[in-house]
Amino acid sequence: MTMNLKRRVFLKGSIAAGTLGVAVSAGLLAPRAVIAAWNEKAFGAKSVDDALAAAMGDASNTASDTIKIKAPDIAENGAVVPVSVASSMTGVESIALLAEGNASPLVATFALGAGAVPDVSTRIKMGKTSDVIAVVKAGGKLYSARKSVKVTIGGCGG
Amino acid sequence: MAKKTIKIRAKLSGDKTTVKCLMTHPMETGLRKDSKTGKMIPAHFINEVMAESGGKTLMTANWSGGVSKNPYLSFAFTGGQKGDEVKISWKDNQGGSDSGAVQIK
Repeated sequence: MTMNLKRRVFLKGSIAAGTLGVAVSAGLLAPRAVIAAWNEKAFGAKSVDDALAAAMGDASNTASDTIKIKAPDIAENGAVVPVSVASSMTGVESIALLAEGNASPLVATFALGAGAVPDVSTRIKMGKTSDVIAVVKAGGKLYSARKSVKVTIGGCGG
Repeated sequence: MAKKTIKIRAKLSGDKTTVKCLMTHPMETGLRKDSKTGKMIPAHFINEVMAESGGKTLMTANWSGGVSKNPYLSFAFTGGQKGDEVKISWKDNQGGSDSGAVQIK
């Protein structure tokens, strides 16, 4: 536990959102360490572009069909929408998952460490019918895929 | 915490180990109102999940309140052996934390 705490302190002290891109391109930090500190700016962002800029260092990305999003076409309950993201790309460093229609679009980021395969699943909340966007960072570049999910009962708020 | 909040399964198939876990957590966004008092329910959600095996970090996930209540997470990695320990720990935005570990089957 004490080790863990120290690690937190170290990460918080050394990583600020603004230096994210610089640190990665300079190769100063292992990719898994880079987004380990909770990024308040990214998760609080109100638009997809702002969230991506804060979380991944860049809002621009290329659509790629090597990323597969598995999510229902129609989600009856927006509070629980199962989403899987998998990619056949190699060298994937991190994956961000966004729900475009949510008040804060960024739902989750996954930083992949040693040996991790780009294949993650979780369940997310969706406020209304919108696209689920997956952004994958591989080799310093961003690739994205989206899938539309129709929500019949919203899962955010009351 | 007296009760374990994480259930984990780690299964080796070929050279790929698939880890699935379920955590027990309210995952409040901070945008909901309590129907009885009309007051806002404060945000309370897991914001960091770490998975480790053999001293190496497999994956770090950062979440917002946009992840569903009692979150489910699955991921996969290569290089695991049967009997290796996979440890998963989470922290929430109110300072709570828990961890759990299983052996790869």
